[in-house]
Amino acid sequence: MIPVTLLTGFLGSGKTTLLQRLLTDPGMARAAVLINEFGEVGLDHHLLDRIDENVVLMKSGCICCTVRGEVADALLNLQGMRTRGEIDFDRVVIETTGLADPYPVLQTLRAHPVLRSHFENGGVLTTVDAVNAARQVENRAEAVRQIAAADRIVLTKTDLAQEEDIAALCATLSRVNPSARVLTSMDPTDAIVSHLDPGVPTLPEVEETQGNHHHHHHLNEDLGVVTFSLTVKESVDWTEFGIWLTLLLHRHGDRIFRFKGILAIAGEDRPVAVHGVQHLVHAPVHMKHWPEGPRTSRMVFILEGLDPERIRRSFAAFMRLKSVKAVA
Amino acid sequence: MCSLCGILGCDDHWTHAVDRPGVFTRNTDRRSRRVESARRVAAANRVLSFRRVTLAEWQGTSYVVSNATGASSVFESFSHLWPEAEALSGREIDPLDDAVIGWVGSQ
Repeated sequence: MIPVTLLTGFLGSGKTTLLQRLLTDPGMARAAVLINEFGEVGLDHHLLDRIDENVVLMKSGCICCTVRGEVADALLNLQGMRTRGEIDFDRVVIETTGLADPYPVLQTLRAHPVLRSHFENGGVLTTVDAVNAARQVENRAEAVRQIAAADRIVLTKTDLAQEEDIAALCATLSRVNPSARVLTSMDPTDAIVSHLDPGVPTLPEVEETQGNHHHHHHLNEDLGVVTFSLTVKESVDWTEFGIWLTLLLHRHGDRIFRFKGILAIAGEDRPVAVHGVQHLVHAPVHMKHWPEGPRTSRMVFILEGLDPERIRRSFAAFMRLKSVKAVA
Repeated sequence: MCSLCGILGCDDHWTHAVDRPGVFTRNTDRRSRRVESARRVAAANRVLSFRRVTLAEWQGTSYVVSNATGASSVFESFSHLWPEAEALSGREIDPLDDAVIGWVGSQ
């Protein structure tokens, strides 16, 4: 399986500059690169292709099959050339446009019947401009979506920003996306490359473990973006959880920018990590062991315009369904 | 094949993912698959009963939703459950709706 890394970030946040740097690293020598548009920063790479602007968004009422036609075509083309021995690559990097929502590309990798057999999610890397990001997060939902979807964040233009502004921005980033690792463009190139693969999602420490509780932070009152975490002391029924989460995402996935959870599943010794972006849920990871700290199920949501208390009540009501018996 | 959009083989749903290293799934052997599938249908029916819709598995390969008037719809991918059920009942099923929360909590 070839990992596909999605490089995203708001307009002018330094995506192409970073990409240009990453491509000089020996670890990226066999990367194929797909870009949406040729920007001001020139890229010189032997495996560079342009995603055609003929956007075919196949959205026929069925979220699971949303496929970005142009991304699929570009990847199929690469795969075709690889199969014919015309080119070889061990990774694909897709640079999105500055206003793009990363979700449709991730969903394409998951849903496309051919692509999903050859390519896997290689993580979302989001560039965040240390000078302008604080304002963008306040004013633009796209910026929040890109940060929320990130597995790795690279802070750019840190040399142009004040230290206290960078510290404030880092605090905002950890509220929007508590689990993304934050690097800066001042870090060595090979260090950034070595962090490209997402690995198992990490979750922030649990602050409290007594019974069920919830807490949330408002990031922006105007946009109504909220990070919200649920903690449950009891073990979770996997089947009921699946029913609840699929229904929640079916109805409200557009407004759930990101969710991550580590669950103590009834009947299982090891925890299960579940994470996703909007309507997309990645394959659940069966972790080898519990991380340090209490063995408590917890989920983090980044939401827009949904009431965390209602989600808590819904989760509690659905999870109380204990009457289902296993049919042998 | 997806009955809505024609994409082939799209029932690799995260709730019962294809068994592979590192992935949590109960889709491991015939017995676990059947047990989990039966539990999933039962769990869905507790929610669907709010709209008087019922779900059944059909020959282990597809699903059928039916409403109180006998109308039914067949689909292959579990991810189509909620759109199909809502289409059949003519109304949405919102897990954040107080009425749905109350109904599910009382079942």
